[in-house]
Amino acid sequence: MTTASIKVGNDPQVQYLLRLGDSCLILSQRIAEWCGHGPILEEDLALSNMALDLLGQARALLTHAARLDGQGHDEDQLAFLREERQYLNPVLMELPRGDFAFTQLRNFAVATWLLALWSRLEKSGDAELAAIAGKAVKEARYHQQHAADWVVRLGDGTDESNARMKAALRTLWPYFNELFAADGVAGLGPAWAELKPDWTAQFGEVLAEAGLALPKESAYVSAGHKGVHSEHLGHMLPTMQYLQRAYPGGVW
Amino acid sequence: MTTSNEWPLWEVFVRNKAGLDHKHCGSLHAADAKMAIQLARDVYTRRQEGISIWVVPSSQIVASDPGDKGAYFDPMEDKVYRHPTFYELPDALNHM
Repeated sequence: MTTASIKVGNDPQVQYLLRLGDSCLILSQRIAEWCGHGPILEEDLALSNMALDLLGQARALLTHAARLDGQGHDEDQLAFLREERQYLNPVLMELPRGDFAFTQLRNFAVATWLLALWSRLEKSGDAELAAIAGKAVKEARYHQQHAADWVVRLGDGTDESNARMKAALRTLWPYFNELFAADGVAGLGPAWAELKPDWTAQFGEVLAEAGLALPKESAYVSAGHKGVHSEHLGHMLPTMQYLQRAYPGGVW
Repeated sequence: MTTSNEWPLWEVFVRNKAGLDHKHCGSLHAADAKMAIQLARDVYTRRQEGISIWVVPSSQIVASDPGDKGAYFDPMEDKVYRHPTFYELPDALNHM
C-alpha cells in the first residue's frame, strides 16, 4: 500500500513559511539523533530539549503554511507527505549530525540566524507569524547561548577539540551562504540577505573568542531553498515519513 | 569516587513560581558554574518547575555525619514540650 504524496502550491507566502518551517523541522530531526548518544546525560537532555523547541516551531509554521496553502492539509501532512523536492530548507540543516563539535557549530550558526530572523518577524504584518516569532525568539536566544559556549569551549580547549572545531568549520562554511540567498519571495518577513550583517558580526565575535579564524568567502551557494537537496535528505525522509505513510492520518 | 577526567558535581536548587525559597532538587555534572546553570535549566526546569536556579559545588556542602544521627537527633524524641501545642489559643487566632 502506498500513501499518495501531497504538493503545496507556489504561493510566495507559503514558500517563505516552508523555507523557515522546514529548516526547523529538518534540523530538529538531526539534533534529535543525539538522543541517547550525548557525551553526558545533561547535554543529551539539553540537545533533546532544543530539538523539541525546533519541532514546536516547525509545527506552528507548517500549520500556518497549510492554512495559507488552502488545500485542507494539516501540519502532519506537510511534514510527512511531501517529496524531497518540495522541502525548502537550506542544505545546511540536513547535513549528517557529524561529531559533537560539528553539531554545536551548526547549532550556533543556525540559532544565530534564527535569532536575527525571529526578532524581525516579531514585527511581521502577519499576526500569526508575529505570535510564533514572539515565542520562538526566547528559545533561539537560549539555543544560541548554549551552543556559543560550546564553540568557545571546544575551539579554545584541547588540541583535539580545537582540531575538531576547525574541521567542522571547514565543512560547514560553504553551506552558510544559502542562509542569506535571495529567492525573490517577499511579503511575510525580511529579505534573507538582510540577516547577514547581524549574523556575520555575532558569528565572527564568538569564533574570535574561540580562537578560530574565519575561512575566506566561498562562492558556493547550495540550493535546498529551491528544493534541490544533497543526498542526505533523501535518506532522512523515509525515517521521518514511515509512520505517517504506513498509518495515514495516525495521531498520538 | 571520582576519576580525574570527570566534571565536578553541583547541587541544584530551584524556586518555583509560587515558592519563596529555593528547594534542593538534585545534582548534575558540569565543567563550570555557567554550564551548571544552563544544564540545570535543561535537566530540572523543562516542565515549568522553576523561575530561578541556584547551583552550589557539591564539594562546598558540609554535611552532618550519619554516624552522629543518634547523638544529634534522637534526644529530641521525648521533648514534646518544645512543641507549642500546650498553649490555649484565643478563638480569634484559630488559624494560627
